[in-house]
Amino acid sequence: MNKPLSTLTLKDFASDQEVRWCPGCGDYAILKTMQKLMPELNRPKENQVFISGIGCSSRFPYYMNTYGFHTIHGRAPAIATGVKLANPELDVWVITGDGDGFSIGGNHILHVIRRNVDLQILLFNNQTYGLTKGQYSPTSELGTRSPSSPEGSTDSPLSPCHVAFGSGGTFVARSIDTEARHLSATVKKAHAHQGAAFIEILQNCPIYNDGIFEQVKDKKLAPDFRVEIEHGQPIVFGQDNEKAIYLNRETLSLEIITTAGNEEKVLVHDETNKSQGQLLAAMSGPDLPVAVGVLYRAERPSFTEESERQLGKARSTSASLQALLHSGHTWDVK
Amino acid sequence: MQLVEEKLDEHHLDEKEVVDVVVRFAGDSGDGMQLTGTNFAQATALYGNDLSTFPDFPAEIRAPVGATFGVSAFQIYFGAEDITTAGDSLDVLVAMNPAALVTNLGNLITGGLIIVDSGSFTAKNLTKAKYKTNPLEDGSLNGFRLLSIDISKQVLSAVEPFGLGHKSSLRCKNIWALGLVMWLFDRDRDPTIESLKTKFANKPEIANANIAALNAGHAYGETAELPTGIHVYKVPKAKVSPGTYRNITGTTALAWGLIAGSELSEIDLVFASYPITPASNVLHELVTHKQFRVKTFQAEDEIAAVCAAVGASFAGSLGVTSSSGPGITLKAEGMALAAASELPLIVVDSQRGGPSTGMPTKTEQSDFNMALYGRHGDTPLPVVAASTPTDCFEVAIEAVRIATKYMTPVVLLSDGYLANASEPWQIPDVESLPAFPVKHFTEVEGFKPSLRDEETLARVWAKPGTPGLEHRIGGIERSYETGDISYDPENHQKMTDLRAAKVEGIADDIPLQDVCYGKDTGKLAVVGWGSTFGAIHQAVKRASAEGLEVSHIQVRYLCPLPRNLGELLNNFEAVLIPEMNTGQFIRLIRSEYLIDAIGLNKVAGQPFKIGEILAAIHQKYAELKSES
Repeated sequence: MNKPLSTLTLKDFASDQEVRWCPGCGDYAILKTMQKLMPELNRPKENQVFISGIGCSSRFPYYMNTYGFHTIHGRAPAIATGVKLANPELDVWVITGDGDGFSIGGNHILHVIRRNVDLQILLFNNQTYGLTKGQYSPTSELGTRSPSSPEGSTDSPLSPCHVAFGSGGTFVARSIDTEARHLSATVKKAHAHQGAAFIEILQNCPIYNDGIFEQVKDKKLAPDFRVEIEHGQPIVFGQDNEKAIYLNRETLSLEIITTAGNEEKVLVHDETNKSQGQLLAAMSGPDLPVAVGVLYRAERPSFTEESERQLGKARSTSASLQALLHSGHTWDVK
Repeated sequence: MQLVEEKLDEHHLDEKEVVDVVVRFAGDSGDGMQLTGTNFAQATALYGNDLSTFPDFPAEIRAPVGATFGVSAFQIYFGAEDITTAGDSLDVLVAMNPAALVTNLGNLITGGLIIVDSGSFTAKNLTKAKYKTNPLEDGSLNGFRLLSIDISKQVLSAVEPFGLGHKSSLRCKNIWALGLVMWLFDRDRDPTIESLKTKFANKPEIANANIAALNAGHAYGETAELPTGIHVYKVPKAKVSPGTYRNITGTTALAWGLIAGSELSEIDLVFASYPITPASNVLHELVTHKQFRVKTFQAEDEIAAVCAAVGASFAGSLGVTSSSGPGITLKAEGMALAAASELPLIVVDSQRGGPSTGMPTKTEQSDFNMALYGRHGDTPLPVVAASTPTDCFEVAIEAVRIATKYMTPVVLLSDGYLANASEPWQIPDVESLPAFPVKHFTEVEGFKPSLRDEETLARVWAKPGTPGLEHRIGGIERSYETGDISYDPENHQKMTDLRAAKVEGIADDIPLQDVCYGKDTGKLAVVGWGSTFGAIHQAVKRASAEGLEVSHIQVRYLCPLPRNLGELLNNFEAVLIPEMNTGQFIRLIRSEYLIDAIGLNKVAGQPFKIGEILAAIHQKYAELKSES
């Protein structure tokens, strides 16, 4: 038997496996945050299931002392759907990366979000293929030089959060690998959400893409390049919150204004407003700060809830194999 | 061996009583031929004949009216003796238009009966069927019995009281023709009337119009003056063992077998699939039976379907996925994951004409190699094949038993013919089906995910939600000892050997190969697998009746093969293997047993005819005689 829930600590969620990520990898920070958060969720340890695909981030389940399945490239959302379908009591976590989730597994990620399967998707976005040695990924900036694009990549990146929006996502959020407090709070909200909760985690790859998110992570730079959004709160940023986001209703675009004297004009975050969430998700440097936090959240019956409801209805009728085999036209030979 | 056809001794329509009859209903894909045939089959089963049906339809849902490529047909072979194929040639052809006539006439016996709707033999339709002159008038049908009726006109007058309008009225043509054929063979119309009432429960005027058309067709037979030689035929009832029977298609039998398997194993079943012809109907059937331990999931693609099934198996249910050739190709990686992580999984392949899109509605056995070998790495998997529509039930239960007992993916081979064909089935007593309850592992003391049963070599099945058994598995090679990731060279050798030994060991847990017709020694063994059963059975039976020493062996377990198969085949001077491919199973038999087996191969999208196999038996037999 497992220990009582109230006595679980971080250590109970760390497996005995040696962690094999490169020194300095952002994945260490995410792992620590998740192991620390687990006891706080107050859910049975045996009900936690981590499903991953292939890539650096997908090694994650090996390091969690929970149930885990390290599967095949891109397919974690489909496998997780099967797990949840078989046992809706389980807390299912999908661990994926930008290549795994949005290139080879793009079809599955959009369908798991569309269906609103009740699970959490943690996308470790480091804008590179780490495990295969640094090729450009579907989230790499145009012109990224890599072993497979020595003269610069020629394909434009996609925006994971916008794919989630476009797929009808009911929970779309963004956070940062090393911002433990913010990440933990965001994941906690995702876990509480009924339906598919999608979190893009900006994650540093110190080997192939070091410093790609430096502006939003660096203690000195971040206040000017990152804005933390909170439902019902004005969207302000800068060293002393001197800057704010303003919605220009003529151009349907976001602009930066000075907070002082403009208090009335400052946009207040409404996480139930999808259009606003999409505008905030699109903000990026150098013109606009990168938004982190819950961009959008909506209440919609989850796939899990709906399929269980249909199942409950079907199972309220009697099930006799004998009766099934004899259903319809039969005849007796004496 | 070259494929040639021998014409069988046919029972002609000169007599009032005939032993067996083949009827083919053919018309436009929108003419309702499948509905017509299904109802006739139902009435025939209730009459007490043995029967076998073969729906033969185009991939196009509604092809242009009158086009030859849009002809949809339903063939039924019924009679007083055991019937295992849909018949080599036709005794009766119901052709609703010129295209249906021109595409099927070649298969009608001399003196056979043609029933046509002369109203559809318009200049336009004749041109579409590439007829230069009207065959109803130019004497080209003189060798046949011809019943040319303006069915369109008859139907319009029969359904007039229901006020349906011209177009809807004409849609009752097929049921009018059905009424006439029911008169011809003295079938009871009541079950059809009942099923029409159910089918059109929300549209009583349509139901009533169809019933009126059915009765009018029947009355036409009774009252009209028909040409000489066309009368009611009596087909004596078949002698079958006592019991309760029903008609069943391979698809339904397979779905019900999976349900039965989950009941007998006491394991929930999660069926995940993606629509593909001819496999989709398994999903359609299962989705209506969720009162059992069944959950269904229509995935976004074939890959997601197999992966959801693997996920369900990881979570403690039995994941099942189903598709046809091209879809199975996409599932290969997911199947290998289940093999590597040692989880149960059933993959149903309803084979169709390939490669690529090939011929989606036509049958073939060309996925044998893929089922056995179509994966990366050394990944042997058990493979079982159903041989008749009703056999699908038992084979599905076997697949569940093997998958859960050995913690392995199992490939179940069916095909387009088995999926759609139907035959009477003596309904088994559910109580007599042997149960094989499966227990998930719960013992915390000493648990590791690499624990396995010493006898079966099956890995433990510890499902998420079980306290104290938290563990990780995956596609990376695992240590034999601990189940943790291992790149150790010796360990990989050991695990590869283990996976092979596990599958090979299943041979001790399956029945020895039997001879299904004839002696277990003799001159010639005709060895089949899958849906070739019916034609081989009839051919061997006829050859035996001629005094030839021929036996029929039908192999259900394709991997691993039954322990005694090699020895059994060596009891015969020659081995003939008919397959609906270019020779796939035969290569396995030749390499496994060093037997100089000869193949008879057909890839035409159509099942073997009895006469084709009989001709091969005669030819091989003659060679054997001249050698000795």
